[in-house]
Amino acid sequence: MAHLAKADFRTRLQEWLPKLVLSPSIAAMLVFVYGFILYTLYLSFTDSRMLPSYDWVGVENYVKLWGLRAWWTAVINLGIFAGLYITICTAIGLTLAILLDQKIRGEGTLRPIYLYPMALSFIVTGTAWKWIMDPGIGIEHTMHLWGWESFQFNWIKDREMAIYTVVIAAVWQTSGFVMSMFLAGLRGIDNEILKAAQIDGASNWSLYRRIVIPLLRPAFLSAFVILAHLAVKSYDLIIALTGGGPGRATELPATFMYSYTFTRNSMGIGAASAVIMLMTIAAIMTPYLYAELKEKK
Amino acid sequence: MAVADQDTAVRTGLVTRVFIYGILLVFAAFYLLPLFVMLTNSLKPLPEITGGNMMALPDTWTFEPWRQAWSSAQIGVEPTGLKPYFMNSILMVVPAVAISTMIGALNGYVLTKWSFRGDKIIFGLLLFSCFIPFQIVLIPMASVLGKLGMAGSIPGLVLVHVVYGIGFSTLYYRNYYAVFPTELVRAAMIDGAGFFRIFWRILLPVSGPITVVCVIWQFTNIWNDFLFGASFGGQTQPMTVALNNLVQSSTGVKEYNVHFAGAILAALPTLLVYIVAGRYFVRGLMAGSVKG
Amino acid sequence: MGFLDIKNVTKSYGAVEVLHRVDISVQEGEFLVLVGPSGCGKSTLLNMIAGLEGISSGTISIDERVMNGVHPSKRNIAMVFQSYALYPNMTVGQNMTFGLEMHGVPKPEREAALKDVAKLLQIENLLDRKPGQLSGGQRQRVAMGRALVRQPDVFLFDEPLSNLDAKLRVDMRTEIKKLHDKLKTTIVYVTHDQIEAMTLSTRIAVMYQGYVQQLGTPKEIYDTPANVYVATFMGSPAMNVLPVRVVMRDGVPHAAVRAQDGAEQYLRFSQSNLAAWDGREILLGVRPEAITDPDGADRNSANIVPLSNRIGVTEPAGADTFVTMELGGRDVIARMRADANVVSGQDFTFAVNMEKAVAFDPASEERIAP
Repeated sequence: MAHLAKADFRTRLQEWLPKLVLSPSIAAMLVFVYGFILYTLYLSFTDSRMLPSYDWVGVENYVKLWGLRAWWTAVINLGIFAGLYITICTAIGLTLAILLDQKIRGEGTLRPIYLYPMALSFIVTGTAWKWIMDPGIGIEHTMHLWGWESFQFNWIKDREMAIYTVVIAAVWQTSGFVMSMFLAGLRGIDNEILKAAQIDGASNWSLYRRIVIPLLRPAFLSAFVILAHLAVKSYDLIIALTGGGPGRATELPATFMYSYTFTRNSMGIGAASAVIMLMTIAAIMTPYLYAELKEKK
Repeated sequence: MAVADQDTAVRTGLVTRVFIYGILLVFAAFYLLPLFVMLTNSLKPLPEITGGNMMALPDTWTFEPWRQAWSSAQIGVEPTGLKPYFMNSILMVVPAVAISTMIGALNGYVLTKWSFRGDKIIFGLLLFSCFIPFQIVLIPMASVLGKLGMAGSIPGLVLVHVVYGIGFSTLYYRNYYAVFPTELVRAAMIDGAGFFRIFWRILLPVSGPITVVCVIWQFTNIWNDFLFGASFGGQTQPMTVALNNLVQSSTGVKEYNVHFAGAILAALPTLLVYIVAGRYFVRGLMAGSVKG
Repeated sequence: MGFLDIKNVTKSYGAVEVLHRVDISVQEGEFLVLVGPSGCGKSTLLNMIAGLEGISSGTISIDERVMNGVHPSKRNIAMVFQSYALYPNMTVGQNMTFGLEMHGVPKPEREAALKDVAKLLQIENLLDRKPGQLSGGQRQRVAMGRALVRQPDVFLFDEPLSNLDAKLRVDMRTEIKKLHDKLKTTIVYVTHDQIEAMTLSTRIAVMYQGYVQQLGTPKEIYDTPANVYVATFMGSPAMNVLPVRVVMRDGVPHAAVRAQDGAEQYLRFSQSNLAAWDGREILLGVRPEAITDPDGADRNSANIVPLSNRIGVTEPAGADTFVTMELGGRDVIARMRADANVVSGQDFTFAVNMEKAVAFDPASEERIAP
């Protein structure tokens, strides 16, 4: 029968090549990402200490974890940090984007100035801000030299306030990026809509509040997702800026995981904390990615 | 993004405009401050820093801190300066960027032009892997690198960065190739070009822009990485880890000027890339995050 | 056995069959047009001939060679795409010879073939340009040139003119027709434009919902459409289709139809087989050009019937004037001479050429006469 004629060799090879080319990546991803996630998940249910152990202890590590003051500190810190970081970055980013969108002379100079911190390592950012906020040689010292004797800015040495210094440095690093996201969003809005609104008699204020900002919804969503996932992953900045201190005042889940796993020989608890971090990010990312992929078809 | 017609319909008065420029300049100062502080203080002798004003320009200009940071500062136990670590970073970044970009391009090509059942799921899984907190893979990665005999070596770090870099590079190329007309691929098929030939002769020649974006992104990310370097670097630590060691070292007098010089050295490659190709950098940051 | 044989071909995606048992046999040198609305399966069928999509069942053969499973490049076909699909990084010359290069044709031969085709299409001066520097019409020529250079057994055209503006489209249409007259190559051409289909083809396959509704010469398709769908799809303005009742008067079947004033009028059929439908309702199909002013009626017709009705809207279109009226509860379009004296709202006596009338079964919508 003619229609049973087999595809020739070349056609069959051409059908297999794409899958062949993709397969190393798929394999690497399945092993190094999803395999490792499952492994860590498994370890979180074992009594692993300095080395991985395979003795099942159920949810003991999770119970212990949530009983640890240090973990609570880290989680509360993350709450404060992420909340402020996301809010302030969004506020600054949106403000700067709207202002820059007013036919500003020198926009070409200002934009890269706002954005360059994003190119730096968090270690560099941390190093710089660590000294700027150091009362001995930084802003406080400078203000004193300039004659403002009563000026005080010693948050970085203050257990209560230290976490806010992390917010300052992190905002410095990323707010310019958020600005560029909003700016792209603004430039994407059809100018005729704005003209129509002005003919309808909208003031600048209501133009932005009622029309422009609602149209920026996708940019808000993207900014939120990116900032939230950066916040949960924050590790380097803490290490360079405060080292988790003073004391343990600025520990975040990421630094907690590292120290419990590798320096305090509690790998099981470290793994449990890593699982919780992953779940947090999954809760944020999954709906977003799902919607994004679905839309793009 | 930037449309030719950047004309905004909003009109503003003179007072408002002064106010707007004021705010914009204050923020410019805020973003420039740390760079200014690092740069000026890296050119001062140490006593001028401890006794003087952070914001002041140097009285005595000196490049000594830079020389020390580069070649003689104490990193950990050895007074080697940052130079060998800078080299480590280069040796790590170049192959990692090249390999992950190449794989990403091929993946993007397959996922868009040779789609098959389940390709969406695979892409979704790859995409999600871009955003995982790497803490979740640290423990098994350490033991796997040990078993492979790659722990504490440059190839080990290259492997790690390639594996976790594929997600983003694939994302870039996929989004780029998704809007590349499939009819061209079909025309080439009818013309008799095979899988690799179509990639090489038809797609790759027009992939310049996205390759720049992808290379910048991967370069910045891998150069700036700290977690993997600190966890798996061993004796071949990258620049970021060495800088942290230099700054955090608790022995002796804190040589702030050397620290600043070191920080700038660590930032220099990515800053240079940013200055040279900033436009693309923005596009890279935006890819996959904002539509249009 | 034709030159290009499509036998019992179906296409399914999973459980969904999108193309149902297509049978078309194309003779060497024929110009077959696949026409239909988007989603009718015409492009899918073309892609299956090209080998760009698999065949779910049935066979496609070219010159008695079964092509199922054969790689597109081994079928000796060439395709012109809707977007032209010119490789943006190559010059026009490189674009046109890429296929020959891939097939291992030595350079001197490639150059010779390129020269011939460039001369034929009058694009010799464009060979060193990049596609980005060409106008739409020039790109279209280059895309055809790329196909011609290969000297294929079958040319496949996928809506090649739909990206051109109206005037250029007409020019290129003529040019394609001239080219076919000159080269006599077998062509399969996909379009949604029924005028392109009528003007270019030697045969047309009208497709709808995955079925070939009718396969025939342009005249067959136009004059004796197989069903209501084909009747209304081909022709512009579309054929008027209205419900009428068959009545026998003097032993001849007539169509009883109500004009706007409600009075019944009788239009004599030329087809006596409609006597079988006496007393029943059918669908009457009359093309606009078969309803005219009395002076414009076809003198060769043996069956011109008068019809009085009120004129609705008049639309002077230059060469003709179109008149809309209400007949049998439907809007019916008539085509008058440009200077026919028609005024909106006035009563008028039209001349209906019932020789050209077509009748359809109201249930199946298949043609029952002629």
